[in-house]
Amino acid sequence: MTVESTAARTPRRSASTKSTAGKRTTAKKGAGAAQGTEPQLVQLLTPEGKRVKNAEYDKYVAAITPEELRGLYRDMVLTRRFDAEATALQRQGELGLWASLLGQEAAQIGSGRALRDDDYVFPTYREHGVAWCRGVDPTNLLGMFRGVNNGGWDPNGNNFHLYTIVIGSQTLHATGYAMGIAKDGADSAVIAYFGDGASSQGDVAESFTFSAVYNAPVVFFCQNNQWAISEPTEKQTRVPLYQRAQGFGFPGVRVDGNDVLACLAVTKWALERARGGEGPTLVEAYTYRMGAHTTSDDPSRYRGDEERLAWEAKDPILRLRRYLEASNHADEAFFAELETESETLGRRVREAVRAMPDPDHFAIFENVYADGHALVDEERAQFAAYQASFADGQGD
Amino acid sequence: MAAEKMALAKAINESLRRALESDPKVLVMGEDVGKLGGVFRVTDGLQKDFGESRVIDTPLAESGIVGTAIGLALRGYRPVVEIQFDGFVFPAYDQIVTQLAKMHARSLGKVKMPVVVRIPYGGGIGAVEHHSESPEALFAHVAGLKIVSPSNASDAYWMMQQAIQSDDPVIFFEPKRRYWDKGEVNPEAIPGPLHKARVVREGTDLTLAAYGPMVKTCLEVASAAAEEGRNLEVLDLRSVSPIDFDAIQASVEKTRRLVVVHEAPVFFGSGAEIAARITERCFYHLEAPVLRVGGYHAPYPPARLEEEYLPGLDRVLDAVDRALAY
Repeated sequence: MTVESTAARTPRRSASTKSTAGKRTTAKKGAGAAQGTEPQLVQLLTPEGKRVKNAEYDKYVAAITPEELRGLYRDMVLTRRFDAEATALQRQGELGLWASLLGQEAAQIGSGRALRDDDYVFPTYREHGVAWCRGVDPTNLLGMFRGVNNGGWDPNGNNFHLYTIVIGSQTLHATGYAMGIAKDGADSAVIAYFGDGASSQGDVAESFTFSAVYNAPVVFFCQNNQWAISEPTEKQTRVPLYQRAQGFGFPGVRVDGNDVLACLAVTKWALERARGGEGPTLVEAYTYRMGAHTTSDDPSRYRGDEERLAWEAKDPILRLRRYLEASNHADEAFFAELETESETLGRRVREAVRAMPDPDHFAIFENVYADGHALVDEERAQFAAYQASFADGQGD
Repeated sequence: MAAEKMALAKAINESLRRALESDPKVLVMGEDVGKLGGVFRVTDGLQKDFGESRVIDTPLAESGIVGTAIGLALRGYRPVVEIQFDGFVFPAYDQIVTQLAKMHARSLGKVKMPVVVRIPYGGGIGAVEHHSESPEALFAHVAGLKIVSPSNASDAYWMMQQAIQSDDPVIFFEPKRRYWDKGEVNPEAIPGPLHKARVVREGTDLTLAAYGPMVKTCLEVASAAAEEGRNLEVLDLRSVSPIDFDAIQASVEKTRRLVVVHEAPVFFGSGAEIAARITERCFYHLEAPVLRVGGYHAPYPPARLEEEYLPGLDRVLDAVDRALAY
């Protein structure tokens, strides 16, 4: 009876919501309100840099050394520096486009550093921090954004798959790869990155179904950065995203995506489940895209400064710095050296991009097929003849 | 297995069995392919003999089937996936076009995609909507894919072997209305190349080019035409991407007339591509424009109308008459 009467009231409630649709904050609260309260984040470091206890997840970072903490800080700082350099290179016309990860460093470094070498990563096109953790040279990431290739690294070289631009497609590849690991009897795991926008894609739902049914060792790592270009998360979902996992039969957890320690701990837990034959896990890293979707985007058309300022106070790098300083795990010399290292990285990336040659024209026809194709051969020959027709000097 | 006569569906079954036996990385995946053996029984008995880990009943999600097959291929497996019917492939079209086809190129050749997508296709079995279509041109337009379609049991056996061995993704269109047609399969034979056409009946007056289910129709047309004193050559193209244009050219230079036959709609069909290229290659040999016979620019009709829609003996003969009238 209660359920029925609630259902009957729903349309009237939606109608009244419509009149206040312009008030984004109100609408946003509605998503959590559907479940009663805003869900708790797993958090080990507060925005002020205070370490808080967590009975469930502390053990995954209990053994972490000051050196490792400094390492996480260094990873985040260098990733942000690389990212800023890439944005600048786009503004200078050296790159056609750049998708900045600004604000998401903790989610990417925390999860990336939880991985073992033999684990496999399926990224979107924004996982520059994870690529860094995998040892992919940052300059390799820039080839596709400069337009010289569509992915310049060997996926098997660092167990880091090519960037995937079609939203959500890679979650199925990750699931298939994980099914293969299970068939091989190996104890490695797979991590699939995607965003709040991708959570609406059918492929993501299908990857949840397949991984659950086959108990595949995969961690779904959703960086909920609140915005899918101009669409806020409430345009994708009426429930907190981590709760989607429950309907598929595996656990989901929401972690503070700006807390590198919490992201490290939660991802380690999820990977441990995968390795132990307990199947998939959904991690929702609750974070914020501080910059534009890409360099082609203009966020001022759809969001105000207030929100950004509120998130700036929760900056992932700042909070770890506060913690390192307060606990005397890092001194001035460390920060100064890192500053120098950052500038060296920026310079190296800048020089490498500017020196990146345009591909040979015949690259169009290369690698279309592994075993060749008569039509590609024919068209390559036609193209060569056409090009050669300019070489006889008559055109000059 | 000694040489024996078997149905086309059984030939594919035997070919899959041989691949599963000889390479532990080969997997068979799809809806109902396990216990049931597939709705056409093409995978009959394979799960019983090779286990659920290698012959996999999947959730009913075509994008998921192809997407996970891509992941398995990245892990070193060679998945052979079944799409239950032609009209059901479209949820997987995104994965096939944006991911499967491009992975080798975008990885600069570092990643291979040895995935076979089996699709029973075509009409003539009195089925309901979405069970009788011929979408091969929608795939042939995509670089990175190879498209083949056998017309007989022996080709079905050998072309499946070769498709599985290919390091490129192959869309394997199975002529479902010919599943029960029998032919001799000799597993000791040495097959010809996968993408080469074959002259299945020699003639001098006109070339009929077809693949898959229409090869048999064209052979019947040639027999009927012979009774009227016309000597037609029939070319089984076998492969739609790449197309063996050299073989078509050689035949047309001899016969000077070409009619292309397929069940798929004529508009933007493979016949259009063949007509354009053969006109370029054989302009001074042709005595008539290249004619096409195929489906109409209309949704595949209800079963009671499909005989009017599909190219049959009389419609192909009509095109032959028109070509010879020039």
